[in-house]
Amino acid sequence: MAHISDAGVTKICEICDRYANEKTPLMMILSDIQNEYGYIPLDVQQIVSEKTGISVAEIYGVVTFYSFFSLEPKGKYVIGCCMGTACYVKGAQLVMDKFSEILGIAPGETTADGMFTIDALRCIGACGIAPAVTINGKVYPKLSVDQVPGIVAEYKALGGGN
Amino acid sequence: MATVNIKIEGVSYQVEEGLTILEAAKKCGYEIPSLCAFNHGECSNGSCRVCLVEVAGARGLVASCVYPVNEGMEIRISTPQASEARRASVELLLSNHNQNCQQCDKNGQCELLHVASVTGAREGRYQGVKTPVTLDELTPSIVRDTSKCILCGRCVQRCQNAHGMGILGFENRGFKTIVAPAENRSMKDSPCILCGQCVSVCPTGALMEKSEIAKVDAAMKAGKHVVVQTAPAVRAALGEEFGMPVGTAVTGKMVAALKRLGFDKVYDTNFAADLTIMEEGTELLGRIKNGGVLPMITSCSPGWINYAEYNYGDLLPHLSSCKSPHQMQGAIIKSYYAKKNGIDPKDIFVVSIMPCTAKKDEKEREQMQVDGIKDVDAVLTTRELARMIKRAGILFTRLPDEEFDQDLMGDYTGAGVIFGVTGGVMEAALRTVYFVLTGKEHDAIKFEAVRGFDGIREASLDINGTTVNVAIAHGMKNAKVLLDDIRAGKSKYHFIEIMGCPGGCIAGGGQPIVRSCFLPNEADDIMDTYKEKRANALYSEDERLTLRQSHNNPQIKQLYDEFLGEPNSHKAHELLHTTYSARVGFND
Repeated sequence: MAHISDAGVTKICEICDRYANEKTPLMMILSDIQNEYGYIPLDVQQIVSEKTGISVAEIYGVVTFYSFFSLEPKGKYVIGCCMGTACYVKGAQLVMDKFSEILGIAPGETTADGMFTIDALRCIGACGIAPAVTINGKVYPKLSVDQVPGIVAEYKALGGGN
Repeated sequence: MATVNIKIEGVSYQVEEGLTILEAAKKCGYEIPSLCAFNHGECSNGSCRVCLVEVAGARGLVASCVYPVNEGMEIRISTPQASEARRASVELLLSNHNQNCQQCDKNGQCELLHVASVTGAREGRYQGVKTPVTLDELTPSIVRDTSKCILCGRCVQRCQNAHGMGILGFENRGFKTIVAPAENRSMKDSPCILCGQCVSVCPTGALMEKSEIAKVDAAMKAGKHVVVQTAPAVRAALGEEFGMPVGTAVTGKMVAALKRLGFDKVYDTNFAADLTIMEEGTELLGRIKNGGVLPMITSCSPGWINYAEYNYGDLLPHLSSCKSPHQMQGAIIKSYYAKKNGIDPKDIFVVSIMPCTAKKDEKEREQMQVDGIKDVDAVLTTRELARMIKRAGILFTRLPDEEFDQDLMGDYTGAGVIFGVTGGVMEAALRTVYFVLTGKEHDAIKFEAVRGFDGIREASLDINGTTVNVAIAHGMKNAKVLLDDIRAGKSKYHFIEIMGCPGGCIAGGGQPIVRSCFLPNEADDIMDTYKEKRANALYSEDERLTLRQSHNNPQIKQLYDEFLGEPNSHKAHELLHTTYSARVGFND
């Protein structure tokens, strides 16, 4: 566990303890860790395994099964492009491609400055406002390719990153 | 027992309630082709869709391995629709399968090939992209080849059930799904104990032992003096590879086969099992007398040693410092035997036939060599020995019974024989400890209390005023209970036997594969009874022998008189004892 600080270990143990009485606590624990740290590397999975008795392989399986969980750190701003059927037929691919082009990263990747991550999402259930994009939870409805540069500039102006 | 009335192919049957269609059909005389399901639902994810049958009134075909029977159920197996569906399921599996069957060591015992044969899946009807492949050959014990994996999950389940570990798991999603240790690491870089239980349940060649037959061939070709030794459990199962009933002891035929395969000397590891008892028994009595670390735990099972080093580094002083028997025997062959026969130890090549995959790794340990010479040079599983015998065209069942070589290491006792079954090392040790403490042999010889297959067994014996509390665990899930007690300071035992594999070596990861579909002449419940049958083969050999206590082995006495001095002597420590060190499971 050389890579995690004592405070980090304590925090992860605390998250595990929150769900000590749950019959199947794994998803909740992983969600909280994902929200807290933005990713769930193997070292962290090992701590969760020790706390819960669930094997590391099983935890790793869950982390790699759901696209919501990440093994790598994500950017400060996570751009989630819905690729569900409705968004797709309304041009979501073009919107996502535009984000990729401006930021110079493929879906699933994070910019070198740690500012942006692009995620391709399964249907987020917002078909009425397709194509939809979420950035750190904020929803952008009926997005067109032309709007993309403006949105990126807006977040860049907010600053942050490494 | 509550029963239900069902019909299969229009014929009425009464079967036990709660069975799956697959299990009920078996009892009625039908072997529905199936693949992913294992015994008593040890793995029944219904994932392979090979066991599809028609059930009147059900929506579509049902997977018989997970569908329970109920009153009035009408089942059809042979309809064209069901037959076609089963065939299609197999063909789809084959479409994402590495079809180099002719180069696969599992050929002949592959369940996928078996169901392909019975369902009539012949042509490659489906062609397409294949899942990216990982071939992990980094451990000396196990080869993992995902190109042959059908994602049944049996190995995942077995690792959890036997050891509570779950080294293997499903990872990624959809077409990219694979079964692997976390991060698709090599088993070498995970806390895998290399016991091979996963190998023993794998239906295909996705998990196999790493074969060392070529090494043995090379040694013979190079003109080495090749000495072979066989573990007790091998004789209890080798016959199965040649169609003999499960539980047939084939000691004599096995020896005859080894002599015909060109080994210069054929010895029984039982000799060293007796030696182990002398060393381990002395160590135990010493610890009891001198206030040493107790409980002392046996160290014969390399799977268990791996587990201890990964998970209980703080408890390593509890382990007996004795090497496992085949390592002891190797060390004696390359010292005492070499000297007696005037052979340079460097020209001797020791082969161990073991029921175990972890032994392959064990022999590579740095601690398992003396002055830069490895105790043991190659370890073959029982299955590999069978392959060598078949390769040589030997008709095993027609072999005469022959005797192990008798010089220096030819004698063995019943105590050594029963090492191969859970509780056996404990019983063997008790026979000798009893003698040492009382000065006479135990009347009944047998210690029934330590026999059986319960996961954890314990006994308390009053021997000449000394109370000896003992416990036995097999499978790491059970061992963990005893170990956690030691850690918590609550353990009341003096001596604990731990074996890596559930059942002990007779059901080790290197033993012949037991599957109903390949054993048409065995009873329906063979998957539940095979361990007991193999164990009985060993207990019967013990009963037949005149010498049944390790300390009565005359050649062991001779070995101490001429060479080692006394048990736990300086020389004995140099050759027969070892050390352990804590290890990190997921190293970077």
